[in-house]
Amino acid sequence: MTTLTLLAADGEFQAPGPEIFNFPPLYSGAPVWLNKPVLLAVIGALIICVLAWTAFAKPKLVPRGIQNIGEYGYTFVRDQCARPFLGKDAERWMPLLLSLFLLILLWNFFGVIPVLQIPVNSHIAYPIIFAVTIYVIKVYLGIKHQGGIGYFKNMMFPPGLPKGVYVLMAPLELISNLVLAPFTHAVRLFANMFAGHLILAFFASVGFHFLFEQLTPLGAPLGLVGFLMTTLMTGFEIFIQFLQAFLFTMLAAMYIGGSLHAEH
Amino acid sequence: MTLAATVLAAEENNPLLPHTYELVVGGLAFLLVFLVVGKILTPRIQKTLAERTEAIEGGIQKAENAQAEAQAVLQQYRDQLNEARQEAARLREEAREQGAQIKADLREEAQAEARRIVEAAHAQIEADKAQALAQLRSEIGRLSTDLAGRIVGESLEDEARQRRVVDRFLEELEGSGTTAVR
Repeated sequence: MTTLTLLAADGEFQAPGPEIFNFPPLYSGAPVWLNKPVLLAVIGALIICVLAWTAFAKPKLVPRGIQNIGEYGYTFVRDQCARPFLGKDAERWMPLLLSLFLLILLWNFFGVIPVLQIPVNSHIAYPIIFAVTIYVIKVYLGIKHQGGIGYFKNMMFPPGLPKGVYVLMAPLELISNLVLAPFTHAVRLFANMFAGHLILAFFASVGFHFLFEQLTPLGAPLGLVGFLMTTLMTGFEIFIQFLQAFLFTMLAAMYIGGSLHAEH
Repeated sequence: MTLAATVLAAEENNPLLPHTYELVVGGLAFLLVFLVVGKILTPRIQKTLAERTEAIEGGIQKAENAQAEAQAVLQQYRDQLNEARQEAARLREEAREQGAQIKADLREEAQAEARRIVEAAHAQIEADKAQALAQLRSEIGRLSTDLAGRIVGESLEDEARQRRVVDRFLEELEGSGTTAVR
């Protein structure tokens, strides 16, 4: 990393690459795992706990202040994610879905909060944790509610298709449900945060390089474009961060709902 | 050199491969949030939301009950008013009928009275006539006999004979001139 910085310093513009996701330990002599994303992950979890505690610890019948915001979040997850896929089971799965949504949302938002500026979910380990949790629950519920054979039968042989189609359909459905679904579930969140952060870093470094490091008449407009695009993309990124948290939670609800009731 | 550095960095940190320590931290963080937010706090807000729904539904129920009651009272008043109107109309009708009845009765009575008076008058007239006739008859008889006695002499002074003669005379008179007398 130090070599790269040195290389970039001698005039040429160096676009930021995947190395911007690597963080050294917080201080010299700290254990290798104690870096910025890990710290942010822990702080994020604590913030969620504290915020949720102030909102929901002693809920009033007539909500005041932060309870309003908390309830807004709760009803959003319940009405947009849980109820469409879980129906009357929605309330039972809300603890998991609400925790999932809030934590992912804040971890994503860290990407646009000044100074912090790294979405925790751009490190694939975190999306993997969420996706694996949901995957385990999905398979467990599927076998519990539909039976060991029934689960795979319902998965691979959805009713109402001509017999020949199943030759093609059955293996595709098996792979899609057991391999691709959890993979895309995790990678979708990771890749969006990863790419979003890369784009922001790119435009920001364009602006910084051409307006501050190497201010030339020819480069200045380019630097201005980079600055404007950074602003614009930050707004867009906030939207994507929210959307991905919502989508991840919605898909989790969908997978759980699909395992509870076999229906296609 | 740049290329080599990038490749080296990429090999050290493939973004698609998770660090074990991050998996551990992520898992623990998620577990913490799930325990605090999911297990402790979510049931509380669910309970409150359910209570609120109940309270609102209770309030709506109460309002509906009050409205239904008001409606019932209004209906009752309307019914009573209607009843009173019908009663008044009925009474009016009855009074009119009674009035008509009384009028008819009075007229009939008056007519009967008039008839009775007329009849009494007729009877009186009839009686007076009869009396007058009787009186006239005896008067005429007496006058006739007086006259005849004067003409014929004293022969007819015997009362029995006199009466017979007069009666015969009067019968003859009636037999020939009944219509004339009446």
